[in-house]
Amino acid sequence: MADVNRGNRPLSPHLSIYRPQLTSITSILTRITGNALILAALLIVWWFLAAATSPAYFALADAVLTSWFGDLVMFLSLWALWYHTLAGVRHLIWDNAKMLDIESAYKLGYAVIGGSVLLTLLTVAVI
Amino acid sequence: MRYLTDRKRAMGMGSAKTGTAHFWSMKVSSVALLILIPLFVFTFGPMLGAPHDEVLAYFAHPFPAIVAALTLIVGFKHFNEGAQTMIEDYVHGTTQKIVIIAVTCLSYGAAATGLFAIAKIAL
Repeated sequence: MADVNRGNRPLSPHLSIYRPQLTSITSILTRITGNALILAALLIVWWFLAAATSPAYFALADAVLTSWFGDLVMFLSLWALWYHTLAGVRHLIWDNAKMLDIESAYKLGYAVIGGSVLLTLLTVAVI
Repeated sequence: MRYLTDRKRAMGMGSAKTGTAHFWSMKVSSVALLILIPLFVFTFGPMLGAPHDEVLAYFAHPFPAIVAALTLIVGFKHFNEGAQTMIEDYVHGTTQKIVIIAVTCLSYGAAATGLFAIAKIAL
């Protein structure tokens, strides 16, 4: 397709000179949180496997997941999970061609950020 | 090739017919996870850090065991397809295919491991 005339259209944003905006940051965070959740997911699978195997193996997995590092990973993953969930809801709304204007996108962006922090704190308080 | 018009180049190629399958699959799994994730967070969450015998007794109950199993199945399917989208954006050529296959193996492998563990605890 190299011979296709691309015309004089604007290029995609060059990240090095592109001013970060709420819309672009909330968008890339959706991808980052979703993919980063693999770490917590694998840790949880390992925790289940250890629980099913033996008390000694469980003690090891439990010690790793509840260490300061494990706590940090699980806390950040909890936020990532709520962020990705709310950002997913935003995409489900957008899929219906609703709230795609910049003002609504900003409102939803603030709702996703605020909501994810609120849900994270709420979850930690309840559990 | 370079002398063909855009229309002529597209003629006879047909459509892929299944172009929206991946999108629809992501949509279905995302709606399912919208229900499963809160259930999983508030069933698995209190068990993290609990003593071993308590964990075994808890996941021997049908509800938390089924919620955990469904979350792993749908979650890893959703991860697999979502990660594929990311890979297709950043990695190309043969490497792209290898990475997609590797991520698929990881997703199915992790889901199977988790299901085995939950089944062993529950039964």
